[in-house]
Amino acid sequence: MHLLRFIAGRLVVYALVIVFALTVLFFVPRLGPTDPVEAMLAKVASQGAYMDPAQVDKLRQSLIDTFGLGGSLWEQYGAFVNRIVFSADFGPSLSMYPTPVMELIWNALPWTFGLLLSSTLIAWILGNFVGLLSGWRPNSNSSRVMEGIAICLYPIPYYILALVLSILFSYVWKIFPLTTTIRGAPWSWELITSIVWNSFLPAMSIVIVVFGWWVISVKAQTSALKEEEFARYARLKGLSDGRILTAYILPNALLPQITFLALQIGLMFNGSLITEILFDYPGLGLLIYTAVLQGDFNLLMGTISLSVIAVATATMIIDLIYPLLDPRIRHR
Amino acid sequence: MRSFFTHAPFRLYLGLLLLAVCIVVGGILPWLAPGDPLVWYSAPRNQNPSGAYWLGTTSLGQDVFWLLTYALRNSIILGLIVAGLSTVIGVFLGLAAGYAGGWLDRVLSFFMDALLCIPTLPILILMAALFGGQLALPIVGLLLVVFNWPYPARQVRAVALTMREREFINVAWFSGESSTRILIRHIFPYIAGWSAANFINTVLVGISTESALAVIGLSSAQQATLGTMIYWAINYQALLGGKYVWIGSPVVAIVLLFIGLFLVSSGLSMQSAAKRMSV
Repeated sequence: MHLLRFIAGRLVVYALVIVFALTVLFFVPRLGPTDPVEAMLAKVASQGAYMDPAQVDKLRQSLIDTFGLGGSLWEQYGAFVNRIVFSADFGPSLSMYPTPVMELIWNALPWTFGLLLSSTLIAWILGNFVGLLSGWRPNSNSSRVMEGIAICLYPIPYYILALVLSILFSYVWKIFPLTTTIRGAPWSWELITSIVWNSFLPAMSIVIVVFGWWVISVKAQTSALKEEEFARYARLKGLSDGRILTAYILPNALLPQITFLALQIGLMFNGSLITEILFDYPGLGLLIYTAVLQGDFNLLMGTISLSVIAVATATMIIDLIYPLLDPRIRHR
Repeated sequence: MRSFFTHAPFRLYLGLLLLAVCIVVGGILPWLAPGDPLVWYSAPRNQNPSGAYWLGTTSLGQDVFWLLTYALRNSIILGLIVAGLSTVIGVFLGLAAGYAGGWLDRVLSFFMDALLCIPTLPILILMAALFGGQLALPIVGLLLVVFNWPYPARQVRAVALTMREREFINVAWFSGESSTRILIRHIFPYIAGWSAANFINTVLVGISTESALAVIGLSSAQQATLGTMIYWAINYQALLGGKYVWIGSPVVAIVLLFIGLFLVSSGLSMQSAAKRMSV
């Protein structure tokens, strides 16, 4: 019962956060000096796309709705929220007219999610492994070297690392492809290897940075935890080092990592946007960039709103499950 | 014996040394520049590093070394202003929320949580695209402040909440000290160390986010920053021309600056944690 009330409370906060985010998105286009709708239509016309007046009117209507510029301020706000939350419809893409924006986003999302999920997972496993081992013997030479490396890697922004990796492994030594080209029939072996091959460098740029933080934090935790009573007890019981590490120390070191994940998800998402652009990786980041370059405001509003909502949701979900995982927190 | 790298003073000194180098290059050297290095064809084009042009020149005829000093200066100034404003606003609102409690606390806490959930870069990209493809540095800075004050505010609020219950605060209160005096004399020392570490960290986040925006060409083109330098190098095909020094110098500068900032910030927070333990 207490748990239910706790979850309900968090959900209310979540809904308010989303409303707040939408309100920010609603007001941003209003701060600009130009009318984005007419600028947009002029741009489309200048690109030479022929559209009959009825089509132009439809386009203007969808633009006015996405920017929420029709009617009174309240009506505008209502139409805007309705378009994003309830119908999830951002109209047609203007640079790839008349493909709906949602279709483009659905095609791009698996790439971004795949990249972020797999690189976070790899970094998490590697980081915990190295962090546990070096925390177990914090003063040995190898663990000091490892921490030194981690400290030098962690502060580097994702996109700088992406740039360095692409300079080293695509320009200087031409090992990995410079831009992403996926080949192969659906579900074929060729397709899978092509995806892994092309995703390797973008993923590495995220893996290395996150790995650095994981080593630093897990090492600090492990070296503190192994001095605690329960770890000493396990040692006196005659358990092997490996078992103490995996069954006694690791579970206790895991909890604070969840908080870190909640704080980092936004940064990691920011990083993956730029990484995708630098590597021409067909995810959400590249889609946003295309939208900016082409002045495709429908696509821009769609991708930005969706990424803001996605990151807010992910942060809130982690925030929500954290107290459920921590046995020390009681829900009163 | 304590580990070499976990020893706070060592970290702090190494970090300060790196920062000192960056501040000399970015803070003092720009005054000595022979002219505005941003101007095209103020030097011969496509020179390799030599005695006259230490880091070579760009394909637009700019001296890379002097351009780098200007870029470093602008990036550092942006970072300092963002971090300064965020810290001041954050500490003030955090104290207000934690100390006042009630509805003020609830409203402020909601804004802190909400702003922490919203990713900064997409909002900046949206604004840049709507403002004609580029954002002026002051606007970037202002937006970064809006998104970064909740970090110190949340921490300070938590400290202020526990402080309200502490014995010595009560003693100070009953001995007739004013609220402002209690805040400054008794609570501020507790948050000073952490705030300093957070300040440095916000400098890092500020420079990093502006550079991210600049690398894809959406920050100001009027001023050189480390990010715009990288953008120009990519845009004018420094890589295809094999001019690795041109693109490499801002990259190396960012890496050294950020490692320095991180070492100082983690060194400071380790030191303040050690101080709290010994109290």
